[in-house]
Amino acid sequence: MTPVDGPGIQNPNLPVDRAVTEGRVPPRAEEQIPELHEVDCPDELREQIEAQMARYPDRKSASLPALWAVQKLYGWCTPEGIRQAAAVMRVTPAYLESVASFYDLFYTEPIGSHKVEVCTNISCWMRGADQLLDAFRAAAEGDEDVYVTGFECLGACDIAPMASIDQRYYGPLEENDAATAIEQLKAGAEVLPDKALAARPLAADLPGGRPSPEAGSANG
Amino acid sequence: MADPRETRVLLDKAEDPALATLEGYKRLVGGYATLEKAYRSMEQDEILKELEDSGLRGRGGAGFSMGKKASFLPRGEMQKYLCCNADESEPGAFKDRELMQRNPHQLIEGITIAALAADAGHAFIFIRGEYDAQADILDRAVAEAYEAGYLGKNILGTHRDLELVVHRGAGAYICGEETALLDALEGKRGNPRLKPPFPAVQGLYGGPTLINNVETLSNVPRIVANGAEWFRQFGTEQSPGTKVVSISGAVRRPGNYEISLGMPLRELIYGLAGGPEAGHEVKAFYPGGSSSPVLTPAELDLPYSFEAMAEAGSMLGSGSIIVADDRVSIPHMALRTARFYHHESCGKCSPCREGTNWTVKMLERVVRGEATPMDLDIISSVQQNIMGHCLCVLGDSMAMPVSAMVNKFRDEFEEVIANAGASLGEEELLPILQGAPA
Repeated sequence: MTPVDGPGIQNPNLPVDRAVTEGRVPPRAEEQIPELHEVDCPDELREQIEAQMARYPDRKSASLPALWAVQKLYGWCTPEGIRQAAAVMRVTPAYLESVASFYDLFYTEPIGSHKVEVCTNISCWMRGADQLLDAFRAAAEGDEDVYVTGFECLGACDIAPMASIDQRYYGPLEENDAATAIEQLKAGAEVLPDKALAARPLAADLPGGRPSPEAGSANG
Repeated sequence: MADPRETRVLLDKAEDPALATLEGYKRLVGGYATLEKAYRSMEQDEILKELEDSGLRGRGGAGFSMGKKASFLPRGEMQKYLCCNADESEPGAFKDRELMQRNPHQLIEGITIAALAADAGHAFIFIRGEYDAQADILDRAVAEAYEAGYLGKNILGTHRDLELVVHRGAGAYICGEETALLDALEGKRGNPRLKPPFPAVQGLYGGPTLINNVETLSNVPRIVANGAEWFRQFGTEQSPGTKVVSISGAVRRPGNYEISLGMPLRELIYGLAGGPEAGHEVKAFYPGGSSSPVLTPAELDLPYSFEAMAEAGSMLGSGSIIVADDRVSIPHMALRTARFYHHESCGKCSPCREGTNWTVKMLERVVRGEATPMDLDIISSVQQNIMGHCLCVLGDSMAMPVSAMVNKFRDEFEEVIANAGASLGEEELLPILQGAPA
């Protein structure tokens, strides 16, 4: 595969002129791109980003993976981390900042080492997500190491109300699960093993058999 | 064990955790046999014809014929791309999560065959960043497929190559929109592009690009293996095949159920999902994710198919049903829905950016009792001015359900306005009505 640089391939076979769809391309601020020796980039981070860049036809495609790597290393997208990634990728730090600020999962301010996202969208809301979020906030109050936030639909309405704890899904949760989960997080123990999505069977295979008119659910 | 009312094709043997491994996929469902058949003995046009004849419609929301979409890609020597849209972020949808978690190789096999049909040499799975566990599963499965020679250079000793990259998003609903997905894949902010040109002509890195949903691509191996006729035995004339339906909200057994399309909604909601708790009834439901106009119990006996939902003034969308029972306040549900789209609007075009913002503000006034019935007319007119006026359908996705709720449940909106207003004292109410600072 031919590596591609810049805004796109100059391809004579394309029926539409690329210039028609290309907006104003800002002048390349080469002087704003930091040099590697200026940023003190850890080798581990540099190697990760370089490996990611090699996976795409255009190195700029690695900006999301690069920011993930920065966030994994430093806990959040630190300005220094972004400069290091920018130096490796040969883009301006401002470019990576603009990308980081677009996406909800990139944190441009420090958060704790543990992250709890409580879904508050329609299906979870119907089943008590607001109360669950309050319970998590109360359980983590004053603890700077645990970051609790409400989040838009996490794609697990079947286990509503649910939360994503350190990027793993748990549900359906009750309010008192919040305190338990936070304690387990801080103790370094396995979090709510019987509520983990990973261990949950398909809906029709759940123990308890087929729906019967009498069977109630644990609706919060 | 599947419920007898289910028709498990994509979820066949999905109860067995071994299915997520290459060894299990081959042993349990004869996986990768279709890839061998396609790569060794089938031409591009043969695969395209099979897909088109099957009538497989896109499972991501728009419901466009998958075979037709693939045939739109120009022929020629240029680099072409295939993107699997796994950015499932629509409230109510969680079927792709299940499919990727339980049967990742089915998707990978589908991608390899679709890449042959589209003549693509580079494929990407764009998975939402929240699905970290599922992305890990895909990473492992892709590594296994490379090792087995199903991906990479000279697949199965043929002259065909395919590189497959699992690309994690980072939390933006808009990236499920196909052109925003392309921008996010190119490493930019995920803003939608102006169409045309459509991605089939000019997509990723400027090359022709086929973009399909996880469930659509997961259907490909069996269609190519068994033929279009086999596929058409399921579903209806215009909606062939099976569908993994996500049912959630006020039902006793929320979850994913795979059905033959055309099953009556009542059987889905009350039968498979168990219906609302005893003593409660369905009040309204979204038939195709949070962006579909809500339907009422009067429509419960309709068959669940693309055509029947469109005829009822709604859509099947991604096949995600959210049920609200008689305890749910529709104005509050409308507000929850609007808030989501307000949060997720990328801000690139004004009808969506401003429309979602003002709809949220007006609905907040409704539930706080600061609105008048005239506000409901304004809400409706704002929705009308969003629809069809944006670069992408995110704005429409809010406008459609919100205007349906205001139209179908106007009495309840007026009641909420009146009751919330009555609970305030006259002194408190007056300044608000006059628009003066309190």
